Amino acid sequence: MDLLIPNSGLLFWMTLVFLIVAFIVIKFGFPTIINMVNERKEYIDESLRKAHAANEKLSNIQKEGESVMQQAREQQALLLKEATATRDAIVGKAQEKAHEESARIIAEAKSEIAVEKQNAFNDIRGQVAELSVKVAEKILRDQLSNDEKQMELIGKLLDNVSSPVSNDK
Amino acid sequence: MKFIKQVLLLLLLFTALVPTVARDMSKKDDVDVKEILWGHIKDSYEWHITDLGSEENFYPIVIHLPIIVKSSTGWHVFSSEEFSEEHDANGDRPGPYNLFIKSGEDKANPNLIVEKIGNKEVRPVDISLTKAACTVFIDGILLLLVILIPARWCRKHKADDPAPKGFTGLMHMFIMNIHDDVIKPCLGEDTPKYAPWLLTCFFFIFFANLMGLVPFPPGGGNLTGNITCTFFLGMCTFLITNFTGTKEYWKEIFWPDVPVWMKFPIPLMPIIELFGIFTKPLALIIRLFANMFAGHAIALCFCAIIFIMFSIADNAIVNWSAGTSMSIVGVLLSIFMMLLELLVSYIQALVFTMLSAVFIAQAHVKEHEA
Repeated sequence: MDLLIPNSGLLFWMTLVFLIVAFIVIKFGFPTIINMVNERKEYIDESLRKAHAANEKLSNIQKEGESVMQQAREQQALLLKEATATRDAIVGKAQEKAHEESARIIAEAKSEIAVEKQNAFNDIRGQVAELSVKVAEKILRDQLSNDEKQMELIGKLLDNVSSPVSNDK
Repeated sequence: MKFIKQVLLLLLLFTALVPTVARDMSKKDDVDVKEILWGHIKDSYEWHITDLGSEENFYPIVIHLPIIVKSSTGWHVFSSEEFSEEHDANGDRPGPYNLFIKSGEDKANPNLIVEKIGNKEVRPVDISLTKAACTVFIDGILLLLVILIPARWCRKHKADDPAPKGFTGLMHMFIMNIHDDVIKPCLGEDTPKYAPWLLTCFFFIFFANLMGLVPFPPGGGNLTGNITCTFFLGMCTFLITNFTGTKEYWKEIFWPDVPVWMKFPIPLMPIIELFGIFTKPLALIIRLFANMFAGHAIALCFCAIIFIMFSIADNAIVNWSAGTSMSIVGVLLSIFMMLLELLVSYIQALVFTMLSAVFIAQAHVKEHEA
């Protein structure tokens, strides 16, 4: 039966020690730990929330980036197309112009050649005439080197001259 | 895994051999199990650890604890060594200042210090540091260490520091587990006010239970298996419950919502409710005490059965075979009991805390919706 009867001496020590320990632990132990853990929990929750938001933002940015890239690509294609068209146009024009120019130059050259040819003809004609006069002169001089030959020629010439005159009359 | 099994088996065989070394086998000897049991479970003025040697040069290892008594001749403080080891004719152990420790068979004050004044035996004011009182100190210091070390970490760190490791981390988790899963669901918004007290109770009981399982000092003191300890803890819950009770709580006791004939003219329900006030803490006190007491008793019985079997007959061979086989069984059962006690240590602390929380929550009822 003495098992079930509290001992006053032990109760005294139990009360003393337990209340002192409880006071210290309640004052400095548990609230500190509980507050700290709750603070940490809030901090971690907050961090998680922030991380989620950041992730969302990041995915948004990625999506935006992709759309921008797409747009850029489209624009690039468009620009390339335009550039090709412009280049073709320019090349075409240039060719046309070149054709025209070459035709013009050829025509000019032709006319010049024609003029030069005429000039050359005229030149040659003059020279030929001069040469022939000189040749004739030389020949004449050869033929008229003695008097008899001179006389004969004069005679011939005179014949020639007289006859046509008679003929004309 | 296989290696561990072999080692365990060897250890078991070794435990079977140990008692054979210590004893003369061919003698029938009565082992006083009752004495062993009560000696370990009950409070005492010395801390008996073990006995060395055989009967010729018997050498007990005992820590003598201080005796503090106020007898008719004033305060006396001395070592319990001054009480003689020899029992006199009545089974008492005489000591100085007319004081003596009554025998365990005594009806009035078994194993307690009494003072002889003339022919009368008077119990003096006795606040001796008994084994249980020392255990209170040890457990108190342990509780302080176990709680203040993690608390110190909290004071030295900020919320955004990396998480604590090791023991501090474990205690944080343990405390928050009890706080969030046991106390909070019961108390709701009153939690911050009562949680520290309930947590103190939980960890004190839990560590006292665990220390009770350790078979040598500083453990071994059977504190939570002592009715004084559980009585104190139960009383604290009782006082908190009734002194912080709301008006609604008292109204439900004295004028509950039952048909009028049940409370007037014979106050049937109020009487039952009034009894309930006292049975609640009593249940706490008895439950914790009985669980820990029984656990220790069973664990000791399994150990004692080995020694009983070794001296069961007058034949050495019978003694040896019975003792050896029982050693193996006894050790296995003791291991099982230890593991069970570990579980019980936690469960009883949990139950005490949870019920205290429930009782406090019941004393804080809000006005019922009509």
